[in-house]
Amino acid sequence: MSVGEVVASVLVLLGAALSLLAGIGLVHLPDVFGRMHAATKPATLGLVLICVGAAVSTGDVPDVAKLALVVALQFLTAPVGAHMVGRAAYHAGGLLSPGTVLDELAAEREGGGVER
Amino acid sequence: MTVVTVLAMAMISVGALLSTYRLVVGPSLADRVVATDMLLTLLTGGAGVLAFRTGEGVYLVVMVVTAVLGFLGTSMVARFIEGRGA
Repeated sequence: MSVGEVVASVLVLLGAALSLLAGIGLVHLPDVFGRMHAATKPATLGLVLICVGAAVSTGDVPDVAKLALVVALQFLTAPVGAHMVGRAAYHAGGLLSPGTVLDELAAEREGGGVER
Repeated sequence: MTVVTVLAMAMISVGALLSTYRLVVGPSLADRVVATDMLLTLLTGGAGVLAFRTGEGVYLVVMVVTAVLGFLGTSMVARFIEGRGA
């Protein structure tokens, strides 16, 4: 194996390991917000690692451009999507784990001053 | 190369199994949305591993499509939850 193949293999393995960790977190963590915290790791970092691994492995310019497009799309959309789900889940109410220590929006929500 | 592909695919598959568990068990709609979004992300990652293994460009198009689809689905159901409640 050449140096490039070794580097690509390590990157792909790291990205896949993040996917496994996120799956464990998705099952283990107590509420939606914790699960979201676990699930958004492979959505950005894991996918970037796999894409860079594939880019190092192929090295073909059009392929690398497509992989860069995937990474750019994911970086633009993953935080927005997670934010929308988190906001909707918080406004729906009753989804915070009983072990939650700090809810900074609670006063605002009970005062009825939440703008949608 | 083969060992790396098998290992990576195994880890992605276990991750997908675990998020399928969360998708089935729930309990809230928001949990299911998070699990579905993660399944699509893992699909994108799996296509990336296949692209790494075979060097074929077809998988890259699949990756672009799943990346866009994931965002569309998630934001749509998030709007639905805002209107209806989880």
